[in-house]
Amino acid sequence: MGERELLTGWGRTAPSSAELVTASGRETAALAAVVKELPLRGGIARGMGRSYGDPAQNGGGVVLRLRDQVVDATIDDVAAMVTVPAGVSLDELLRVLVPRGLFVPVSPGTRFVTVGGAIASDIHGKNHHLEGSFGNHVLRLSLLLADGTVTDIGPDRQPELFWATVGGMGLTGVILDATIRVLRIETSRCSVDTTRAPDLDSVLTMMAEGDRYHRYAVAWIDLTAKGARLGRSVLTRGDHATVDQLDPRDAVEPLAYEPRQVVVVPPLVPRSGVLNHLTVAAFNEFWFRKAPRRRIGQIVSIPAYFHILDAIGSWNRLYGKRGFLQYQFVVPFGEEAALRAVVERLAAAGTASFLTVLKRFGVANPGPLSFPAPGWTLALDLPAGASGLAPLLHGLDNLVLDAGGRHYLAKDAHMRPDAVRRGYPRLDEWRAVRASVDPAGVWASDQSRRLRLLAD
Amino acid sequence: MENALGEPQTVVLLGGTSDIGRAIVSELLSPSTRTVVLAARRPGEVKIGDLERPGLAVDVVAFEATATGSHEAFVRDLVARHGDLDVVIVAFGQLEDQAELDADPARAAELVQVNYTGVVSVSLAVAEQFRRQGHGRLVVLSSVAGERVRKANFVYGSSKAGLDAFAQGLGDALVGSGASVLVVRPGFVHSRMTQGRAATPLATTPTAIATATARALRRGQRTVWVPSTLRPVFMVFRHLPGVVWRRLPLA
Repeated sequence: MGERELLTGWGRTAPSSAELVTASGRETAALAAVVKELPLRGGIARGMGRSYGDPAQNGGGVVLRLRDQVVDATIDDVAAMVTVPAGVSLDELLRVLVPRGLFVPVSPGTRFVTVGGAIASDIHGKNHHLEGSFGNHVLRLSLLLADGTVTDIGPDRQPELFWATVGGMGLTGVILDATIRVLRIETSRCSVDTTRAPDLDSVLTMMAEGDRYHRYAVAWIDLTAKGARLGRSVLTRGDHATVDQLDPRDAVEPLAYEPRQVVVVPPLVPRSGVLNHLTVAAFNEFWFRKAPRRRIGQIVSIPAYFHILDAIGSWNRLYGKRGFLQYQFVVPFGEEAALRAVVERLAAAGTASFLTVLKRFGVANPGPLSFPAPGWTLALDLPAGASGLAPLLHGLDNLVLDAGGRHYLAKDAHMRPDAVRRGYPRLDEWRAVRASVDPAGVWASDQSRRLRLLAD
Repeated sequence: MENALGEPQTVVLLGGTSDIGRAIVSELLSPSTRTVVLAARRPGEVKIGDLERPGLAVDVVAFEATATGSHEAFVRDLVARHGDLDVVIVAFGQLEDQAELDADPARAAELVQVNYTGVVSVSLAVAEQFRRQGHGRLVVLSSVAGERVRKANFVYGSSKAGLDAFAQGLGDALVGSGASVLVVRPGFVHSRMTQGRAATPLATTPTAIATATARALRRGQRTVWVPSTLRPVFMVFRHLPGVVWRRLPLA
């Protein structure tokens, strides 16, 4: 089959080697043949490799990397729908959608994820409080099953299997293509309001009161600030700009869209990385001060608003040889004390987080393993080599779980099996649906083994 | 599967009564660890003792280093019962007075069987499993005694020299497979094995070795000297002319 290759997630931790097979989601027959020949260790699909930990790794088994061409996507401008092969990235998709006045229904912090990965991780964006996660906008998808057959599923056909696939981390099968509802936009710019919040309480209040008036809302938190400034934040809320909001020069080409990579981090970064407490504290200070106390209706481009880090190629190298972890959890509304305790512990630990993001989630979708649920979600990066990180994270895990919260599987790289059992009470329901289409456990990943996702 | 924090879920100690081995296991234990396997020639003598904690399964099994024909089956059986092996520590070994070995060549051969041949065969069986699972870390307890062999314990020293060279070669062979080998080179260790023997300078303890080994694993090192000052010391020793080396008091 393919070449044996050492793979990691975006965080560059815990590598394992697998046979890597690259294929298009449209080559159904070839993929089915691969599935029938899968070794004992099974197979798992991989897109751009942007999940942080090990969900797209399968040590000793097969990793099916899906790559597709955006020219194979069919766009229905009238119905605002697009049918796209799973291996197309949101970056490629946006380059054809935006100039036609369309936009992806959910945009994460990076454009470099595939459509298949977006569904399997059920990704969310700054609009979750109003519009839910990626899976909410999928009308149908075709799934390659463990027996080599392909089945068409959606919220209205085989809904159990569909919702087990949304957020199912690739463990129900390989997503080959999907039909997604897209958003109409007048311009390729966003109108953004920025407000500084002096502390955690004030940012929580502002978000709880004002989020509903904006399609997109997110706060950046300075986790290096302590004491009275604990949780100081910059809140940005926005919506797609209309043509009359643009200045006349931009209004000539309201849908112009040219995302650029400004710089690429070279492969040779000092072993320990360049992100340490000092550089991160300096960055956070700068980020807070650069934000205006309050500014309304600033017009910015889509990449500048949604995908800031995409401007820096291979930014994950900044963390050095040992890589980094993302930590993202959600705690229900009413558990603000737990959220505060997490922020306090992180600030006290002095474990630098480059960018920490706080967001309010809206209603959950029916996916048993879908991450978003009503509540507060916090996402941060931590260098894997930081001293004292392991006890800190195990402690935070317990705080989150005790508060009825849970962790995002697409970012997880460190959890224990019981964290999933407690955080996802519908795990057994998901397992039953999964087992009905893959009784032998053909689909497997390093993460599924580490977290005992398929069975205890 | 080891997580991003370098915490293994399954740890196997070959040499379940070794003070050093047990100290390393103890250091590697975390809330993520699910299973510890203690393998020893006489499992009845293995005490779980300080390794016991809630949520951790400790499995004591029989392992005979000289029964090289059984090693592949031994590893397969471990995998059948516990799944992937994340960290395997090779800590078994024998130490004997050189004078006794001089008088008993058969006994000397047996020591080499355990310290070298046994390590070769079980390590290769483990490496094969690591290749199958695409990850895994082998920790091999070597010794500075093999770095420049002393006349005071040259049979033991030569067995460690062989083991050290083997482990380095295996580590090189595993590059790219997802698996790796860490060679641990301690100096004189105060432990049960060395009770009653005169310590050499720069002696160390099982706890110090365990701390250094865990750190080296987290950092992805391929060798670790304990204490680290032994490395430059032995760089000099290795190049001393024989006439000088023989006259050193520690030789």
